[in-house]
Amino acid sequence: MDELKKVILDYVAKEYLEEGDDRQIGEDTPLITGGIVDSFSMVSLKRFLERRYSIQIPDAEATPQAFDTVTSIAELVKKFTKT
Amino acid sequence: MAYSTKAREWYQGELVNLRGQGLFKEERFIHAPQGADIEVEFPAGNPVKKVINLCANNYLGLSSHPDVVAAAHAGLDHRGYGMSSVRFICGTQDIHRELERKLTDLLGTEDTLLFPSCMDANAGVFEAVLSEQDVMIADRLVHASIVDGMRLCKAMQDTFKHSDMGHLEEKLAEHQDKRFRMVITDGVFSMDGDIARLDEIVRLAETYDAMVFLDDSHASGFIGKTGRGTQEHCGVLGRIDVITTTLGKALGGASGGCVSGRRELVEMCRQRARPYLFSNTVAPVIVSGALKVLDLISMTTERRDKLEANAKYWRKLLTDAGFDVKAGESPIVPVMLYNAKLAQDVARDLFTEGIYVVGFFFPVVPKGQARIRTQLSAAHEKHHLDTAIRAFVKVGAKHGILGLSKSQIIEKFGM
Repeated sequence: MDELKKVILDYVAKEYLEEGDDRQIGEDTPLITGGIVDSFSMVSLKRFLERRYSIQIPDAEATPQAFDTVTSIAELVKKFTKT
Repeated sequence: MAYSTKAREWYQGELVNLRGQGLFKEERFIHAPQGADIEVEFPAGNPVKKVINLCANNYLGLSSHPDVVAAAHAGLDHRGYGMSSVRFICGTQDIHRELERKLTDLLGTEDTLLFPSCMDANAGVFEAVLSEQDVMIADRLVHASIVDGMRLCKAMQDTFKHSDMGHLEEKLAEHQDKRFRMVITDGVFSMDGDIARLDEIVRLAETYDAMVFLDDSHASGFIGKTGRGTQEHCGVLGRIDVITTTLGKALGGASGGCVSGRRELVEMCRQRARPYLFSNTVAPVIVSGALKVLDLISMTTERRDKLEANAKYWRKLLTDAGFDVKAGESPIVPVMLYNAKLAQDVARDLFTEGIYVVGFFFPVVPKGQARIRTQLSAAHEKHHLDTAIRAFVKVGAKHGILGLSKSQIIEKFGM
């Protein structure tokens, strides 16, 4: 797993799993459709990514589909990261 | 015709999908006033069946109280049926302000503004008092109406893990660059029945210079020693900046809600909250009934004391019978079943046995957290609960769930 995915995965586990929640999250685990992250709480993940990678993800792109797996979130970050 | 075949077929398909996913909701027709014993037609067209109601928000048993009904009749005679106006044009009567003053006294705040419902209060309040420079930090299990209200507001949204004070503190520290911070919580959480750690929330809010917002709909009138709500229960009366609550549950159960709190914040709602500005005033008949409710609960704590005793007794009955009950001290007592189909099957079988309860499952509660939510009332007598537990035990035994732990239920039925 690349560094970007690992950062996202760590944040998701810390931010969204309650204490005692032993669900295992992988890079393709459905986060929103799987009920781990609700679209209401997704905002903090978007803000974390924007701060960490100095990017701006337009609201129109920050859809529940785009935020559904660590893999798709990583794609989104790459798309808006200036190279 | 603008409603094309294509449109009709699409909606029909959506409704079929909802049925397929087990998410289709059907109303049950009640042929009686609200109470502990009701007569229900379900499914539609079936003969009416007498059942014990264990799923109403009729916490104090005042929904059909004769004094409340009489006061509503008198209000109808003296102030009419409707006002045909929003509040600020010609929809405010003397009794509206009287009710607002009495709610202010009950909640221990500075002022109160009535709304058509608490859903409307929550939909309008955030936009009226916060803007882009501010942040709202909400418990992740707040009611859906708060989520909707936050979405209508331009302030930044954030959330903290349910009742996790460490996580809330992190968020408060993170948002010190904002002009105003508002911590948002329910008093009693409607699905789990647990009570917010409001004393700790207030302490953190004072440390980190944040306002506190409390939706006390499932608490006003009965939580706290004299029923003044979660702020009384947690010893922080007078320290909550905004309280929203409803007249649609313990306080008569008809309809209507309010925003109560700091004088300026309430006044901002009067000036800016769209559901207040653009929706009709609360009908005089409801205001009159609610005034009587507040009189009744200010005279004695007998009803909230009985409710507390009923809840304690019911929890013990369920626990002793071997059900997996969520711990708590409110009159919301969830019986955990984890599996959505099991929750539906148990609710259906209980109805056959004369007990009216409803199964809750995703998306109303998180996946794998399906349950039957039972709710107690001061209208329940001991015989209601003794009858109900016999039915629960019979149905529980049929499904083989008595005495099973969470992991055993999940192992047997899946999540």
